[in-house]
Amino acid sequence: MLPTELMNEGEHLMTVCNACRYCEGYCAVWQAMERRLVFKESDLNYLANLCHNCSECYYACQYAPPHEFDINPPKTLAKIRAYTYELYAWPRPLAKAFRKNGLLVSLLTAVVLIGFMLAASAIVGSRLWAPVRGGDAYQIIPHEVMTLMFAAVGLFAAFALLIGFLRFWRNVGEAYSGLANPAALTRAAKDVLRLENLDNGGAGCTYPGTESSQSLRWFHHLTFYGFLSCFVATTLGAIYYYVLGWHGPYSYASLPVIFGTIGGIGLVIGPIGLYALKQRRNRDIVDESQYGMDVSFIVLLLLASISGLLLLVLRESAAMGTLLVVHLGIVMALFLTLPYGKFVHGIYRAAALLKWALERSRPPEHNVEV
Amino acid sequence: MTDGLSGFDVLVIGGGNAALAAALSARESGVSVLVLEGAPKEFRGGNSRHTRNLRCMHDAPTEVMTDAYSEDEFYNDILRVTGGQTNEQLARMTIRASASCTEWMKRYGVRFQHAMGGTLHLGRTNAFFLGGGKAMMNAYYAKAERAGIRIIYNAEVVDLDVVDGRFQSASVLVEGKPVQIGAKVLVAASGGFESNLEWLKEAWGPAADNFLIRGTPYNKGKVLKRLIELGVQSIGDPTQGHCVAIDGRAPKFDGGIVTRLDCVSLGIVVNKNGERFYDEGEDFWPKRYAIWGRLVAQQPEQIGYCIIDAKAMGKFMPSVFPPAKAQSIAELAKQVKLPVEKVVATVKAYNDAVQPGTFNHAIMDDCRTSGLRPEKTHWALRIDQPPYYAYVLRPGLTFTYLGVKVNEHAMALMKDDQRSQNIFAAGEIMAGSILGKGYVAGFGVTIGTVFGRIAGREAAMQALNRGPRDGREEAPHHAAN
Repeated sequence: MLPTELMNEGEHLMTVCNACRYCEGYCAVWQAMERRLVFKESDLNYLANLCHNCSECYYACQYAPPHEFDINPPKTLAKIRAYTYELYAWPRPLAKAFRKNGLLVSLLTAVVLIGFMLAASAIVGSRLWAPVRGGDAYQIIPHEVMTLMFAAVGLFAAFALLIGFLRFWRNVGEAYSGLANPAALTRAAKDVLRLENLDNGGAGCTYPGTESSQSLRWFHHLTFYGFLSCFVATTLGAIYYYVLGWHGPYSYASLPVIFGTIGGIGLVIGPIGLYALKQRRNRDIVDESQYGMDVSFIVLLLLASISGLLLLVLRESAAMGTLLVVHLGIVMALFLTLPYGKFVHGIYRAAALLKWALERSRPPEHNVEV
Repeated sequence: MTDGLSGFDVLVIGGGNAALAAALSARESGVSVLVLEGAPKEFRGGNSRHTRNLRCMHDAPTEVMTDAYSEDEFYNDILRVTGGQTNEQLARMTIRASASCTEWMKRYGVRFQHAMGGTLHLGRTNAFFLGGGKAMMNAYYAKAERAGIRIIYNAEVVDLDVVDGRFQSASVLVEGKPVQIGAKVLVAASGGFESNLEWLKEAWGPAADNFLIRGTPYNKGKVLKRLIELGVQSIGDPTQGHCVAIDGRAPKFDGGIVTRLDCVSLGIVVNKNGERFYDEGEDFWPKRYAIWGRLVAQQPEQIGYCIIDAKAMGKFMPSVFPPAKAQSIAELAKQVKLPVEKVVATVKAYNDAVQPGTFNHAIMDDCRTSGLRPEKTHWALRIDQPPYYAYVLRPGLTFTYLGVKVNEHAMALMKDDQRSQNIFAAGEIMAGSILGKGYVAGFGVTIGTVFGRIAGREAAMQALNRGPRDGREEAPHHAAN
């Protein structure tokens, strides 16, 4: 259950906004709101995750503080979102712990993993500190070990995220059949991949300041597609290894390295940009309690991309062994914390956009004249 | 803060759409411009921050409006709502000039909703700002700052020095500190007097105590009053304006759009004594909306109660305040402290008079009463399905029409019909020159934009010592009339 105070705040917000509707041109939140007359907790959870946190509505709002109605959609919806991240997470207590000390937990996880791997490596007497001919990582950590570790971590993260997704889907009252609706899936995919809701007809959005721009959208694209590109690189690597039987290290001109490099660069610029924007944001509309969670995701992404790029450049040097272990530890920590940190916003946002795609194709329940 | 405020070419008093349109338009000619906004920055923009659209003539579909809206159709709409109390020459000039407004506004960063999107009842005749009037004002202010227009907030003009129709200087309290500000030319765009409760009382009598002001608390009408005292010709009746029935629980000021209530046509409205007093089914919302404020204002204690049943729920825009709710009419009446027996009898008489028909809220349907006084002529359904709901209604004053008279160059006219020397007016302060009574949605912003642009341009010409421009765009076509 939403804490009573937050529930009341959400209801008040939607009551005022639904009686006003001036923001309906901005994004899906307001159009989805207009299809409702009452706002239950599940409606608030859905609308909160549909919100892209762009702030256009706040600056346009005639009822924003200091008006007595005290309407602050970005902040109220952010608070509800944070609550839903815990509500849908599996297992739930981990999310709670993470939310309170996101950065600390992430870094500790990385440090513990790195330490563990270094110790294990030393015990079995590996050549961690010696240069490796051709930069072959598998001479440091055997391929099977690496595969096994990442498969375990990856499957765990995927499973936990799937549970979160399904919990959201049920909570907002959608049937599983909706997940197989090609038209809705296409529409939602377009919304996700292009961040349509941050566009406002090309003007962008008021993030971080009062002037609309595309900066949030572009830095997010760099981060998102950087992440995706790294994922593609890893998948290609696996295909090369298992299907084609080509064992690394791959040349600079090979596809896994190209994708990895491009992705890595995106994951350096994107998160730095997002962090810089975040620092410049108007504090009045930010839910400060999420700061740790947001920053820890940015930091882990950055550490992963920087260590990965360093690993590529220095793969023939004596530092390679240590760098490899550090990089792997960071990436593993990143994946382990995915289901409990900022990353889940992507899962629930995508799910909310899919619900919106389904919802908008249905005839409205209410036909209210203005 | 208050240094160097004198010596500007153009002084604009006001901070809403008309004021900023004037400031930006004057700045286009390169003159220096000072804007005095009475409100603090957070509440800048006057009533424009509560607006949502403007009404524009157009010959063909545009990006922001559907179909076409001709000059004649537009003018006939004005004629109808004002009952002929308009100035055809100024009205037609405004209508023709409205055609270029959205493009001009876009140049200054104002964004519009797409023509087909959303709940746009008025999508053909009106262009809707993306995000509403405050977003429009934010765009204007950002451009104004970038264009080098000086803007002072919390600047309340308390007096004007005008000699023989020539503006000399303004006495201003800037954050409470008195400053005398001179300028070559004055543009008065400071709105009406709807938030001046004493002035309202002069016009309306004690009834004004029960009015709620839907917009800014900063429109005190001081500049308006002073201009009239200084010999500028006034126009309009102080009791005329845009007054709608709103939720009686709305705040005294600034409640804006969310306090409107439009369930009148879905039920009945009774006064303090539990009696009906007007045909709730007379017309569609634009007209209904525009007359019910005055109707409620004429009832004892300026209060009305709209009573509906479960059937009506979900058929009108929800208000921001929840209605009273009960399982019987008697219980409902008790809750809202109405005479129980009288209300029960009124509802019964109404229910008994309802004739069979096919309900359709989208047309003037055939659901009506027979033998009732007053009749309800459309959308009359029996109030018989619990739970029953009641909303309290109060007159919600949106803006006033008493203003200063201007000519087609936005120049204020003196009592002898001679032009003032250097005083222009734009927006609500002169809207009475066109709207004698009644209202048609979005026309206030149109008047503000059109006259703001003209006032700014003409003021700049005057400051540069050139005569009024022989404008083609807004020049009246006498031959056509």
